[in-house]
Amino acid sequence: MVAHWFAGEGADFRLLGTRCSACAAVFFPREDAFCRNPGCAGGELVEAPLSRRGRVWSYTDGRYRPPSPYVSDPELPWEPYTLIAVELAAERMVVLGQGVPGLSVADLEVGMEMEVVPGVLNEDDETTWTTWHWRPVGVGA
Amino acid sequence: MSGEVAVLGAGMHPWGKWGRSFVEYGTVAARAALADAGIDWRDVGSIVGADTVRGGYPGYVAGATFAKALGWQGARVASVYAACASGAQAINTARAQILSGLADVVLVVGADAAPKGFFKPAGGERADDPDWLRFRVLGATNPAYFGLYARRRMAVHGDTLEDFALVKVKNAALGALNPNARYRKEVTADEVAASAVVADPLRLLDICATSDGAAALVLSSMEFARRHGTTDPVRVRAVSTVTPTYPRTVLDLPDIATDSAAVVEPSEETYRASIARAAYEEAGVGPEDISLAEVYDLSTSLELQWYEDLGLCGEGEGAKLLREGATSPGGRTPVNTSGGLASFGEAVPAQAIAQVCELTWQLRGSAGARQVEGARVGISANQGLFGHGSAVIAVR
Repeated sequence: MVAHWFAGEGADFRLLGTRCSACAAVFFPREDAFCRNPGCAGGELVEAPLSRRGRVWSYTDGRYRPPSPYVSDPELPWEPYTLIAVELAAERMVVLGQGVPGLSVADLEVGMEMEVVPGVLNEDDETTWTTWHWRPVGVGA
Repeated sequence: MSGEVAVLGAGMHPWGKWGRSFVEYGTVAARAALADAGIDWRDVGSIVGADTVRGGYPGYVAGATFAKALGWQGARVASVYAACASGAQAINTARAQILSGLADVVLVVGADAAPKGFFKPAGGERADDPDWLRFRVLGATNPAYFGLYARRRMAVHGDTLEDFALVKVKNAALGALNPNARYRKEVTADEVAASAVVADPLRLLDICATSDGAAALVLSSMEFARRHGTTDPVRVRAVSTVTPTYPRTVLDLPDIATDSAAVVEPSEETYRASIARAAYEEAGVGPEDISLAEVYDLSTSLELQWYEDLGLCGEGEGAKLLREGATSPGGRTPVNTSGGLASFGEAVPAQAIAQVCELTWQLRGSAGARQVEGARVGISANQGLFGHGSAVIAVR
């Protein structure tokens, strides 16, 4: 659904942003048209993988089924998911993502170290939509 | 001050879930504001509508929709969209027309018939729309962001769920006194605590509902107000419509990530604080001059954040200010004397206008049981999706 936001398998899985070759500003989700640094005359934007790990800036969950275009099976009871905002030290930016399935807010704390892992957003008979998830560091796959 | 415009009239359609068209609500509010001003609609030189994005195509041409409903009379027309800040931009558009001499009297109208439950983006597959993406990729509703801010405040400032509940208790008590509010019942902290969690740590009663509603203002030049026989009108002295400064480092709706601060050092001032500062600078007043404030309490915890962003207290001291009673009736700076969104709910294009209606009634001394004694200066604060600032300072 969104091309080139992440790539790789297992330990090589990374979120993909872009970096301005003139001012080195980093963008996620990727910015492919223009550098958004107002002090930059604009340079070529090149793909740049983001740090795999960061620390929890904040977190919450969704106790009610979100509306469309979020895809969920209305036949199944709603299972809350966590949403985690993770601060990446090198990029000095916060990236929001769902926590891995099974994670609850009781498992989380601001400041906790997280890592990005591949996940499944939803699937039907023909397609599996993949995404990224945040998982506490040190918790097995 | 030469930059001032007069508020001749203010009006609302009561907020709630009425099941009718936004056009009907807006027309009722407009007629109320005109009657309050003592102005015949045919004498209005310009109408500015704040756009709704739902309700079909007419929502995007709000100014003309209301002009048609009131009866075509040849007025200049404009429609503005700035998400939750649409009302402030409508006021600003009217003010600019008045100050530039394009119009003497302008009618400003915002109205909405909101859907039940969570707000959601317009339909279709629209991966170029950040608002669509946050729902599709993350299921991140508006309350999810409020939950993130609330949990962050708890971790950084030590706010508690009890602090958040106190905001609701305060605003519900004020809403109970307001005939235009949707919810007119006092709420206890126990009732907040007993309501269902929507987005941890926030509960149903911490989060504002979606509502139908409308608000309207009649603005004029100071000279017109004098000719009209209004010698001491409430005046709009500042309208802040500033955008953020790169890099924006607080995660904000509808974004999935913040800007990176790796290359450009971020401002020490948050975006919300810059919205208020711009209004203070334009009006030539400071937080110490403010008699009352109407702030955008999408959630209880967000109201505490606004205390700090408005400079009513230092960073992290919002909950303390609330507990001291400074923002309650009789306190130093009562906040959300209307009852706030907690009591009204969100009717997006109307709410920034509704805030100024409340400031107007307070500054006139006509707010009844909600009246802040001796109110002289009021500020409204709000923020629209996609980087729209909104703050209005009105004086008497």
